[in-house]
Amino acid sequence: MTAILTATLVIAAVGALAALALAVADRYLAVREDPRIGLVTAALPGANCGGCGFAGCGDYARALVAGTAAPGACAPGGDAANSEIAKILGVAAEATERRVALVKCCGTRSEAIRVGDYNGICDCAAAAATAGGDKGCRYGCLGYGACANVCPKHAIRIEDGLAIVDKRLCVGCGKCVSVCPRRLIELVPASATIHVLCNNPVRGPEVTKVCGVGCIGCRLCEKNSGGKEAGHFTFNGFLAHVNYENPPADATLVAKCPRKCIKEDPHFEAGV
Amino acid sequence: MKTVKAQFGFRGGIHPQYHKDLTADLPIERLPLPRTLAVSMSQHLGAPAKCLVKKGDAVAKGQLIGERNGFISAPVHAPAAGTVTAVEPRQGPTGGWADAVVIETAEDPSGAPVLMPPLDWKTASREELLARVNDAGICGMGGAGFPSAVKLAPPPDKHCEYLILNGAECEPYLTGDCRTMIERADRIRLGVEIMRKILAGPAVRIAVEANKLASIAALEKAFADIEGNVEIVVLPTLYPQGSEKHQIYACTKRLVPPGALPISVGCVVENVGTVAALADAVENGVPLTERVTTVSGDGVARPCNVLAPVGTSYADLVAFAGGEKDGVRKVISGGPMMGFNVPSLQIATTKTTSGLLLFTAASVFQYSSSPCINCGSCVRACPMQLNPAYISRAVEANDIAMAEGFGVMNCLECGACSFSCPAYRDVTQFCRRAKASIRAKAAAKAAKK
Repeated sequence: MTAILTATLVIAAVGALAALALAVADRYLAVREDPRIGLVTAALPGANCGGCGFAGCGDYARALVAGTAAPGACAPGGDAANSEIAKILGVAAEATERRVALVKCCGTRSEAIRVGDYNGICDCAAAAATAGGDKGCRYGCLGYGACANVCPKHAIRIEDGLAIVDKRLCVGCGKCVSVCPRRLIELVPASATIHVLCNNPVRGPEVTKVCGVGCIGCRLCEKNSGGKEAGHFTFNGFLAHVNYENPPADATLVAKCPRKCIKEDPHFEAGV
Repeated sequence: MKTVKAQFGFRGGIHPQYHKDLTADLPIERLPLPRTLAVSMSQHLGAPAKCLVKKGDAVAKGQLIGERNGFISAPVHAPAAGTVTAVEPRQGPTGGWADAVVIETAEDPSGAPVLMPPLDWKTASREELLARVNDAGICGMGGAGFPSAVKLAPPPDKHCEYLILNGAECEPYLTGDCRTMIERADRIRLGVEIMRKILAGPAVRIAVEANKLASIAALEKAFADIEGNVEIVVLPTLYPQGSEKHQIYACTKRLVPPGALPISVGCVVENVGTVAALADAVENGVPLTERVTTVSGDGVARPCNVLAPVGTSYADLVAFAGGEKDGVRKVISGGPMMGFNVPSLQIATTKTTSGLLLFTAASVFQYSSSPCINCGSCVRACPMQLNPAYISRAVEANDIAMAEGFGVMNCLECGACSFSCPAYRDVTQFCRRAKASIRAKAAAKAAKK
């Protein structure tokens, strides 16, 4: 009988002490977290794509609440998430335009020459480091899928030696932009429909030597879209680039490009 | 002076077929001056030289056309008299693009070359000799192209105890160094004496692989009466015995720590061709503008050792070697193990082009890789005692941090792992890929700071 009593008392005493320790710890060691962090995290899409520049959605939420980041950097969440976050944080929401990745090259295997047979590891950076890449054009898409491998949404596929972005799946996180050794992927507004699909700024004769669809900088697109004043195109060397602040909408530009490197809503399924 | 057998071998290594018999007995031939030369400003390790000429300028042979541009850099000189027709980016043997001075050589190449005044090495001061090495644009001619003036001026807290001459030439097919040792042994001796003076009297070890008996005999004759601690070290014939680290170990039993230069263990290693060029630069005032290149492989009609000016296009070299034969499938600049695949013959030679190899379909092995079978062949072959299988699998899974943990930064990229892999995996390329992305990451981090 005494044994049972002693045991009961000892256990009860230990329990009471532990409870006291927990109560004290709860009081003095508690981590106070802003409840808004949880709310903001819930409002974010949870893709953890890193496109905002932070290590995942939780990290971005903490930065938002701490005031070190501005809402609007979340591309996958879009306007819905941004206005929700702005409501939680009590700031004005800025409308952001959805951006998607664009591969600025249309040199397929039949159009752009390959100067060698590359049969090493299937990675663009490795291919680019082998004799400068097997593609004749040193600015064009190599098509070994470095971008497709990092895409968290599997929005990129390789077809005929060319990376192709599915506009419906792309969340504009920009991971492909930084991984491309040729730096030819750009984030463009999803609403833009006319694009120049070339990244080669060198002179015309050198472009035509390596690619059947490379931009030669003839400026016909600029002329046909209302001239320099209209400002639909900018030029870098002998390369036309769509001015996405003021994109052209005239679909006849596509047929008028003598090099066939202006495409309408290329690689994307229409109707997004 | 004595000849000794190397006592300290390394674990690993491979025995490829050497094919040196194609050119080993052929004397070095001088290439007739080509019509155009494309002299790259980036022929050495480190920062590219700053171009000093523009289109339309007339240049004399030996004229300075590229200025040293940074601590690790080297000047570039015109290999021949002529007119500059363009200064434009050209693709180099490694695939990278760099500015090159295109020179249309003069019809009559007999114009007086611009030379530096000859120096008497016995009376010249150490500083004068070092300045000459720098001004003559001497850089390592073995492959990496490290500027010699930097190598020969160790930091004040380091002392060079051993000067090691690299005459291993362990790459298959290449015989340029082998022939240089036979034909220019007296120049190598003079170079050694000059370098000994610059480095304040280190012991000299001349490391030659055992398959170059004629070279060893020629060196023994030339060095017979040299004073001081000089030894010819006969290395076992094993690839990659020409690696700097393995040579230092073979000669001195010293291990170079990871990421450190040989001077950290009191050694300076120079290629034999570089030493001969250095002797020319000091004694005759001739800058480094030409080098011996082995043109070989079963895709050339007449394999040969060619002394060609820097900037010669590969097409000119091949034409001199009798042209292509039997349908060339693959062209390699350098040796077959560590050399670079080149996409066209329009690329020009540099100070580091040791070989130009053309192969037909019969000798190009077409393969497709299969998964690793855990056989350990690459582990046994790796001269750096790494585990290439684990590294390659980590890189394949895009886990560069894990590859770094496996020590990929110690990789020499010698190719022994790929050579020995029965699953035909591109192990070396995986290592190279990992090293490139680790370096890029470090550079990005440094740029941020």
